[in-house]
Amino acid sequence: MSQFTITIDGREVEAKAGQTILEAAEEAGIYIPRLCHKPGLEPFGGCRVCTVTANGRPCSACTQPAAPGMIVMNETEQVKDFRKTLVEMMFVEGNHFCMFCEKSGNCELQAMGYRMGIDVPRFPFLFPKRNVDASHPDILVDHNRCILCARCIRTSRDVDGKQVFDFVGRGANKRVAVRSGTRLADSDADVSDAAVEACPVGALLKKRVGYATPIGERLYDKAPIGSEIENGEES
Amino acid sequence: MAKPRIATTSLCGCFGCHMSLLDIDERILQLAELVDFDRSPIDDIKHISQRCRIGLIEGGCANEENVEVIREFRRNCDILVSVGDCATTGGLPALRNLVPLKECLEEAYIHGPSVHNPSGEIPNDEEIPLLLNKVYPAHEVVKVDYHLPGCPPSADALWAAINALLAEEPLELPYQLIKYD
Repeated sequence: MSQFTITIDGREVEAKAGQTILEAAEEAGIYIPRLCHKPGLEPFGGCRVCTVTANGRPCSACTQPAAPGMIVMNETEQVKDFRKTLVEMMFVEGNHFCMFCEKSGNCELQAMGYRMGIDVPRFPFLFPKRNVDASHPDILVDHNRCILCARCIRTSRDVDGKQVFDFVGRGANKRVAVRSGTRLADSDADVSDAAVEACPVGALLKKRVGYATPIGERLYDKAPIGSEIENGEES
Repeated sequence: MAKPRIATTSLCGCFGCHMSLLDIDERILQLAELVDFDRSPIDDIKHISQRCRIGLIEGGCANEENVEVIREFRRNCDILVSVGDCATTGGLPALRNLVPLKECLEEAYIHGPSVHNPSGEIPNDEEIPLLLNKVYPAHEVVKVDYHLPGCPPSADALWAAINALLAEEPLELPYQLIKYD
């Protein structure tokens, strides 16, 4: 029972007890798209971009434990369109101006758009009013770009041991807030915190280091996100 | 047989996408062999003169004139292509969508720190196209057939797209040519 087999898109894959579908797939060189999942953090299941079907039922691969004989579908048209829809919704419900964003080229949301072949979202842009918090001397918070993946919240709590961030509000009003006050400058956030690096988009940025990598040499300029897993490279 | 015609326009854009089109360098001679240019900032023809195979739209719709122009393009072009982030998403001009139009105009003409406007009037001449309440991407105003993101899309992306459309092949650009920045 400690070692068993599941199938992903018809291919037999070894899995260990306690492994999630996403972890088992990754060990076999199969990439399942994800945004909120980050190695070193507890699985969160927030963004749903890693949705697969397991024995016919949709579930998030980052939280669903693999089970003996489980039949996982990762690359069906239905699953791919489901994920693409989710990523398109992330693009329209925030203000994602890639052309002047410092994270462009290294942004996981943008890279997901490229990988999924999104030329334009199918939904109307919402242009919500969101705030920028530039109070901290070394860190910029731009809520326009936030996709509510909770990576900063979880990293600050579980890795940095600080609890700088948390969610407030519900539904469309949900946002990341600074726990100790209204501004990041009033918290004990530090530029060396792992939480700052954890942001997949340009919502949390170190100041004064933008555009350091030339266009053409950035993380996702040449090869799609996930190709390091598919090519068996250590990420 | 007459060459297919191509029309281009810059609505609420910066002409950067047209500069990127000119950036195909000497391939512009090949392009001139392949197509005839109808209405375009490149030849300064003001209205589409006859049916066009391809219409390239740069920029989103920010005022009533933009809407008129994009409708003329939709009526007269077989294939309409949104070129660049402004046409596909609203782009930089859509930053004003985060602020109500009245506040935008008051900041520009009355309250702005560098504004000198003793009359305190906001320009409202009938010669000036009325601004829309916000900036709309092209496909929220008319049906658009293809989208080419990028700020601007690279010359290679434009060249590949135009050639695929002229050859009536599916528009499938390689990974390196589709960028949002």
